Amino acid sequence: MADVADTTFHDPEPRRSFLAALLALGTSTVGALLAIPLARMALDPLWRTTTEVLWSDAGPAKDFGVITAPVKVQLTIEQRDGWRKVLSEKAVYVLKGADGRPRALSAVCPHLGCSIGWSDEKGQFVCPCHNGAFAADGTLISGPPPRGMDELDARIEEGRLKIRYQYFRQLVPTKEVLA
Amino acid sequence: MKRQLGDWLDRRTGIRGLLRAALDEPIPGGASFAYVFGSALLFLFLSQVITGVFLALYYVPSADHAHTTVAYVVKVVSSGSFVHSLHVYGSSAIIIVLLLHIGQTILFGSYKGYRELLWLSGCVLMALMLAMAFTGYLLPWDQKAYFATAVSTNIFALPLIGSWFKQFVRGGNELGTLTISRFFVAHVFLLPAAVFAFVGMHVYLFRRVGAAGAPTARTGRASTSFYPRQMLMDIAFTTVLILALGTLAWWLPAELGPEANAADTRFLPRPEWYYVPMFQWLKYWEGQRAVIGIFVIPMLIGALFAGLPFVDRGTERRPWRRPFTVGLFAALMLALVTLGMTSYAQDRRDPAVARQLDFQRDAMRVFMSQPFEPEESARSLRGANAALVALSDPLVAHGRTIFEAQSCDACHGADGHGTESAPSLVGAAARHPSGELSRVIRTPTAKMADSGMQPLDIPDDDLAALSAYVAGLK
Repeated sequence: MADVADTTFHDPEPRRSFLAALLALGTSTVGALLAIPLARMALDPLWRTTTEVLWSDAGPAKDFGVITAPVKVQLTIEQRDGWRKVLSEKAVYVLKGADGRPRALSAVCPHLGCSIGWSDEKGQFVCPCHNGAFAADGTLISGPPPRGMDELDARIEEGRLKIRYQYFRQLVPTKEVLA
Repeated sequence: MKRQLGDWLDRRTGIRGLLRAALDEPIPGGASFAYVFGSALLFLFLSQVITGVFLALYYVPSADHAHTTVAYVVKVVSSGSFVHSLHVYGSSAIIIVLLLHIGQTILFGSYKGYRELLWLSGCVLMALMLAMAFTGYLLPWDQKAYFATAVSTNIFALPLIGSWFKQFVRGGNELGTLTISRFFVAHVFLLPAAVFAFVGMHVYLFRRVGAAGAPTARTGRASTSFYPRQMLMDIAFTTVLILALGTLAWWLPAELGPEANAADTRFLPRPEWYYVPMFQWLKYWEGQRAVIGIFVIPMLIGALFAGLPFVDRGTERRPWRRPFTVGLFAALMLALVTLGMTSYAQDRRDPAVARQLDFQRDAMRVFMSQPFEPEESARSLRGANAALVALSDPLVAHGRTIFEAQSCDACHGADGHGTESAPSLVGAAARHPSGELSRVIRTPTAKMADSGMQPLDIPDDDLAALSAYVAGLK
């Protein structure tokens, strides 16, 4: 009996299987066409990542002229989060560069994104997650991070220190801007 | 190769038997365009599920965010307006095709011959579809959604059922964020699950008892199988539906109105077209008698409708030999159409109503033409309005007591507006943003110390409260 059933399904008439192929092709084409708007909708956030990066105020530049060790500063940045606007606080370290001008380092570890802390007794930056250690100028000393701490654009404007907060890709040896 | 793959799959899944069973279904009297509506409904329902899932990627069921998120979909998200329109117009298409499906079933007497449960499961599916339309209508939380639902949920407050039921449906006395949650849960979890279950039942019962086929035993036309002729017809009709919906969604995107504003007393709610006959019907029932119009008569009609295969039990299926059943259904349809058209005519005839409806339509168009406005999050609002919320916030109020206890007011003035010995603190937060304010309060800068500001040694909590108070000064 099973054999009989098997042969009836394989239609001997080539016209019928040609029709089936045509149907399959037609329906998958229509299906693919209908999937385009859906895919666009789902992928929308991918081409909406980079918004304009704004400069945030970190305080009077003079205050940073006297520092001897890196200082942690909370920046308030305005971000678009999908359909809403949010203010978020981001920690950055301000230190004095070799030329005496303030430099800013992101506190986000380039390894896996933990928050790096400054240790006064060691005189180093230490990431609490996986023991990455960085010198006071942010260069990598030891541990798993692939690069030193990420420097942020900083400039002095009308006597105030302005910092441009950005995110960088983790786990790569070079600094790549994400947003 | 193809053959081998087929064998491999078939041995494990029995797919060939399944396909054969699905495709070789016999249709007495041969394929016909009269039978395409069931498959079309299944397609439309699946389309609603799929577009609905993609809308849910962005939608937030809360009175605070619902309207913003739908506006974001419609105005910002790529293809969002198109998918939203497919979903909106899809619901109307379902009602239309549903009526065609029912009309065909009644005309052909296809509910006869052991098909009572098949018919009843179809009735449940119709009720579920109307409930889907009803719950989905509120979710965008625009003016028309809000007011139409406010009115229609009042119907549940009949003395017979008790006002607790209305409160249960709304999640409170008023329409609010709990109403959205409830309608959302019904619209995306409960009702679709029930629809899937009843579609399964409907299809199973249909296949078990078999297609009814033509009402007349057409001589010389044997029964043919579903594949290929009937399947091609089903596909042809579904393609027409896809084209129609796609064209409509592309050229005439569904509109979203301004956000619900309960304080708007002039707004005239009008339901979707398929609820307009019922809306008009309710106008004729006043006072105590309203129960009859709202509840008793629709229930009787519904019971008669659902009980049709139990009442009309003869074997006769030709429509012209069943004038009573067919006539009754035609009369019901005619009554609904008349009610609907009367409603539209009345709205046009009353100049005040016509003007208000035009105004509402314009408001919708204006809203659609405006760019998307992102929602200020609670935190960013707090930043902007810090001064406004001052003192209503316990932290700020606590900060003020510290301001006085630490004698800050001695130099900076009672309201921090400054005296001869110290500057005003208004705007200090802008000069020292973020955490810096607390830092300079605790450890004044050189310049501040020079003019007499003392370091302040207080616990961190108190310092945070004080900073919040100073930041809020204006």
